[in-house]
Amino acid sequence: MSGLVGGNIPLMERKVSVFRKEHFNAAHRLNNPAWDEQKNRDVFGKCNLPHYHGHNYELVVKVTGIPDPQTGYVMDMKVLSDIVRERVLERFDHRNLNLDTEEFRNLNPTAENIAIVIYELLRPVIAAEHDLQIRLYETPRNFVEYPV
Amino acid sequence: MVYLTRVEHFNAAHKLYNPSWTREKNDEVFGKCANENWHGHNFELFVTVKGTPDTETGFIVDAKWLSKIIKDRIIEKLDHRNLNLDVDFMRGKMCSIENLVTGIWDELAPLMPGGVELHCLKLVETPRIYVEYYGG
Repeated sequence: MSGLVGGNIPLMERKVSVFRKEHFNAAHRLNNPAWDEQKNRDVFGKCNLPHYHGHNYELVVKVTGIPDPQTGYVMDMKVLSDIVRERVLERFDHRNLNLDTEEFRNLNPTAENIAIVIYELLRPVIAAEHDLQIRLYETPRNFVEYPV
Repeated sequence: MVYLTRVEHFNAAHKLYNPSWTREKNDEVFGKCANENWHGHNFELFVTVKGTPDTETGFIVDAKWLSKIIKDRIIEKLDHRNLNLDVDFMRGKMCSIENLVTGIWDELAPLMPGGVELHCLKLVETPRIYVEYYGG
């Protein structure tokens, strides 16, 4: 196997990132209950409209580590897919983030906060020696990453 | 005859729910889309018009004008709205993309100038689901 790899870095020291893409559709609105209606409208604009709007969220989960010498995997992608579906998609898909989820009962569901929440949901079930990073697309043109 | 397409987008909430059915029947037919508190999408709207390019301008229709009427008459009503609650031309209708695309057609078709016809609307609900409507 070592003959396939150039350079002087041993295989067991090479970090590789693997990515799993998923998607969910959800409604939300941005509102700070500590502010009055006018200030919410000024700051959040159309995103504050009272009857909610929605997005096709695209989620990219990045796991970084050294491929296991026995399997060649950083992480079994089927396992990663199952974890993301159970912990994230089943919670958020076809839901109203403000009304239907515990996580955003008292937290504004901005793309930034959704990415942080998804990281916190996944971190405990990803091996401690692996790095985890979340990229979340709210629209094809707006996306966030956490942690940075 | 040449076809010209303008693409616009809007983000909106909706649900699929027939008020004359029971909750159970709605859940059975519409599944997660019947969620009481709505869900939402990034919609893409492709508006295709057809005509013969004008000899003076080379245009079928001024693409800037087309963009402006789509924005003023459609996007303004739909963007960051709740399609079930906020949209006049969807009132009393089931909020499927099939009904939304025909509703948009009825708003846009009468606005076409002489010599220009609305040919097709393509409405994309997710990267994997879209509808097309050619009138009629």
